[in-house]
Amino acid sequence: MKIEILTPDSKVYEGEIESIRVPGQKGSFQVLKDHAPIISTLDKGMVRIIDEAGKELIYEIDGGVIEVKANKIILLSESVK
Amino acid sequence: MANLKAIRIRIASVKSTRQITSAMKMVSAAKLRKAQDKIVRLRPYANKLHEILVNLSQSLADAEVENVFARKSAPGKILIVAVTSNRGLCGAFNANIVKEAKRLLADKYYDQYMSGNVYFLAIGKKGHDLLRKQGLKIASEYNALLNDLTFEKTAEIAGKIMADFARGDLDRVEIIYNHFKNAAVQILTTEEFLPVETAPAAGKQGPPADYIYEPDSESIMKELIPTSLKIQFYKAVLDSYVAENGARMTAMHKATDNATQMIRDLTLQYNKARQASITNQILEVVSGAEALKG
Repeated sequence: MKIEILTPDSKVYEGEIESIRVPGQKGSFQVLKDHAPIISTLDKGMVRIIDEAGKELIYEIDGGVIEVKANKIILLSESVK
Repeated sequence: MANLKAIRIRIASVKSTRQITSAMKMVSAAKLRKAQDKIVRLRPYANKLHEILVNLSQSLADAEVENVFARKSAPGKILIVAVTSNRGLCGAFNANIVKEAKRLLADKYYDQYMSGNVYFLAIGKKGHDLLRKQGLKIASEYNALLNDLTFEKTAEIAGKIMADFARGDLDRVEIIYNHFKNAAVQILTTEEFLPVETAPAAGKQGPPADYIYEPDSESIMKELIPTSLKIQFYKAVLDSYVAENGARMTAMHKATDNATQMIRDLTLQYNKARQASITNQILEVVSGAEALKG
């Protein structure tokens, strides 16, 4: 799966990943390969990414929105740490 | 002889001025490139956000989303955001903004101005000073923003304005800024920031993809409208910042050219004066020798 994490100031992360866990507004959820297309707003919280090498990356976001479509994920957030 | 010395001093002074203006031109050029990079980095975010919004508005079809930022009422209280610069030496950059603001007061918001309901929000010290000198009401100033322009700080200001609007403390918000066309050309732009035009025209992009919306498309829309407004605001300020550096670069380029021309003229004058004085001296020597002979 390909992912891009974007903020208005920069591109925070771009790469191939195994899975991502995001703080959805209706509860946290995980996205794996071949997930159905979804657009969801996100709450403030942690984003956990497992990259291809199995390494875990953690970002703290301040709300935002995620779009998943055909194994391509785009995460927009106003601020990422 | 005194004339010769005066010219020499002037040449030296113009030369040092030229050094300063040409250094400032370099600095502006570097800043311009950095600022342009920022716009380039903003673009993927802005494009994607727009894409999602279009997508959403398609899936919402005709269902009207309640939007506090689209509230249209009689323009009672007006806020004009004047985006200028903190530093001068950039040609008519700041004066143009103030001129446009005054035009707006005279044409569009004359009644509100007369009843004292037009407020200004200044971003940039130069515009702030100029507006204050005109005796206009300045609600607040955010001059420090331009020293370190980031989305987070800009969004904070936009958020405050939007909250005031949502509460009904403001009825209309306009932004005046210089749009960057190229380094030499700025286009004075007045943009109605609030209220927003309702529903972006749904583009014909084929059938919308079958998305799952969480929580639902309407709430996502509500969530994203403020974000997209903040982006719009940030874009305007960033645009103005790029234009500022472009304007300064051009102004300094012209100043450097003028200084070069001036040095050339002065050198010519200097050499003429020098020649004249040498001729005079020779004449004196020769006529002195003639007198001795006689």
